[in-house]
Amino acid sequence: MKMMGIIFSNIYDEHLGEITKERTLASLPFGGRYRLIDFPLSNMVNSGITNVGVITKSNYQSLMDHLGKGAEWDLDRKIDGLFILPPFGTGQKSVYKDKIEALWGAKRFLERSDEEYVLMTDSNIICSIDYSEVLKSHRETGADITVVVRKETIENKSDVKNLVVSCDEEGRIVDALVNFNRPGTYLCGMGMYLFRRDKLLDLLDEAHSYNRLDFERDLIQEKKNTLRIMRYEHTKGALRIDSVRRYFDANMALLQKETRDEIFSSGGDVYTKIRDEIPTVYGKKAKLVNSLVADGCRIEGEVENSILFRGVMVAEGAVVKNSILMQDTHVGKNVELEYIIADKEVEITDGRLLVGAPQNQMIISKGKIV
Amino acid sequence: MRKKKKCIAMLLAGGQGSRLGVLTKSIAKPAVPFGGKYRIIDFTLSNCVNSGIDTVGVLTQYKPMELNEYIGNGQPWGLDRNHGGVHILQPFTKIKSKEWYKGTANAIYQNLAFIERYEPKNVLVLSGDHIYKMDYEKMLYEHEKNDADCTIAVIDVPLSEASRFGIMNTDKDGRIYEFCEKPKEPKSTKASMGVYIFKTEVLKSYLQEDNKDEASDHDFGKNIIPNMLSCGKRMQAYSFSGYWKDVGTIESLWEANMDLLSGEDAPSLDDNDSRVYARDYNYPPTYFCAGSGVYDAMISKGCEIAGNVSHSIISGNCRIAEGARVENSVLFPGCTVGKNAHISYAILGSDVSIGEDARVGVMAQGKEAKKQKITVLGSKFKLENAQTVAAGEMLEAKK
Repeated sequence: MKMMGIIFSNIYDEHLGEITKERTLASLPFGGRYRLIDFPLSNMVNSGITNVGVITKSNYQSLMDHLGKGAEWDLDRKIDGLFILPPFGTGQKSVYKDKIEALWGAKRFLERSDEEYVLMTDSNIICSIDYSEVLKSHRETGADITVVVRKETIENKSDVKNLVVSCDEEGRIVDALVNFNRPGTYLCGMGMYLFRRDKLLDLLDEAHSYNRLDFERDLIQEKKNTLRIMRYEHTKGALRIDSVRRYFDANMALLQKETRDEIFSSGGDVYTKIRDEIPTVYGKKAKLVNSLVADGCRIEGEVENSILFRGVMVAEGAVVKNSILMQDTHVGKNVELEYIIADKEVEITDGRLLVGAPQNQMIISKGKIV
Repeated sequence: MRKKKKCIAMLLAGGQGSRLGVLTKSIAKPAVPFGGKYRIIDFTLSNCVNSGIDTVGVLTQYKPMELNEYIGNGQPWGLDRNHGGVHILQPFTKIKSKEWYKGTANAIYQNLAFIERYEPKNVLVLSGDHIYKMDYEKMLYEHEKNDADCTIAVIDVPLSEASRFGIMNTDKDGRIYEFCEKPKEPKSTKASMGVYIFKTEVLKSYLQEDNKDEASDHDFGKNIIPNMLSCGKRMQAYSFSGYWKDVGTIESLWEANMDLLSGEDAPSLDDNDSRVYARDYNYPPTYFCAGSGVYDAMISKGCEIAGNVSHSIISGNCRIAEGARVENSVLFPGCTVGKNAHISYAILGSDVSIGEDARVGVMAQGKEAKKQKITVLGSKFKLENAQTVAAGEMLEAKK
């Protein structure tokens, strides 16, 4: 049974503020050498999906640059492969607002493909999941739609989950709450849905004729009684990125062995664009504690509880703690950093002391010289 | 019609590299890992690409599987081209004969058809077992300017070491009038680097001639170059200055790795104009535990470092457990070093695993010789807990 994939690259951009100002959520750097899209894309490839459409809306230059022709994911194929689906691709007059409209724009791609099933996902959740297991469950339960869910906790009123479901004994979704924020532990949607391709096209046509736009509200909540919508529960770890704080926490979670094992070793490799960096060079005064360091860095100072992306320089005497330094950040001599998120190509000049707060990290935007 | 190529490269990569012992037991020398993420051949391949040469024939013979797989379609070096690109050239059977490559010159002779396909004006002949960065384009420019039949790259070596190399004696214009292979009393310090540019037509005729000579060793250094010289062909030396190292022995392989750490003239690997490319593997970033120590080291991705690493090169996907010490050593990809183990002056082949409290190459205290012998463990070697491998030993994995 063949499955194709659709990835939404922009859906939650607005929650991340400054760090998604010039990029899609999907191209947000994560974990030292990845972009968020690497995770859903690698999951798809590792599940045997070889036909993937990436739906974009705005700011997609960095994403296109990252994906290229898909060689790193083995998606540079003669038959199928990687397709970037920008807006205005099929005569639209305006940019889409929600997923249904976005899918409508990708209708031709969906029609032209010949896979029997479609798996679609957002790019804001990092996990290792085998989609062929989701398909197996979809077929066994005779579902019209399978929704991937995971037990998560809503901590407070400002923690809004876009989909919370309750199921009956056989796993059929009997209630679906959209944008829900009552504290407690629930089965929350992971933004991953599996359909038969012809069923999805039917539903799209129908939604289009009624001008229904909201995927979760109009397709899941509205149709729960007429369609057989089943859940597939992901029981392993996952990191949801829906705010700057969660972005920071998710990066820091990688410093725990269990999280790393779950995300990097359980399903298969996580692929990303290759940068041909040299192995990282550590000087005579380098000291590293509980940190992740990518290739191509040069470390002369001290680094603790931090994530260093490719090409980061930490000069002698500098101390970096609890921080995320994205690609090519240069940290000058005797600089002290704590709770900092430095975007790409930031330069911190000698002797600076910059301190954010544990719950509210200081963001230094791309290319800034401090 | 396709444009004719100005110059194509023929890279000799078929040698066994027997002096590397267990490290080349199952792979050809050019495929031996180097510098934490590279293979030896990456340097010559990257030099080609960075010098604007987009057609490379790689001549393989000894244990070619891993090398062939590594080169693949040449994509990591930008050599996946429609017209040109990298091509593996292995010995093949002909109508009347079945033969291996009998020498460096014979290997090229057997692939003259490959050269003819691209109709290049010049052919660059390289060997895949040196660590250096060189712009062949400059050499080609000199070659054409001098209208030379053959240009040979030379490097100044200390007079005391000159008798280990092929030495060129040149006049003041750089024209070679004499060539001595490993002379007892060298007259100059210009050593051949094994990098030649030939006019295609001249190369062809000498290779054909050489093939008919049954007494010949079919070797560039021993036969082709002396023959051309005695016929009065225009042979020029091209002086190269910079880092150049033959990594044919365990000692020199170890030294070349160490040069990356503190060698003042070591090749810079991340120079944007002349980057060294390699086939990359998708490992996550390297994790450093609390309590780890690192001093003057180069560590690739995918590692987990809990112990101490000093003055060493650690390739991708290695694990160094807490309390372990790795010093002055080179670890190939996938090595595991158990708790409190101690590795000193060693080269560990791919996927070597060292048990807890084991000791490799550690000299008794106070006995540290000035020139430490390098201990080598072959690929997939497994050292049990608390076992010892003495300094200077070379061991291979049991079958």
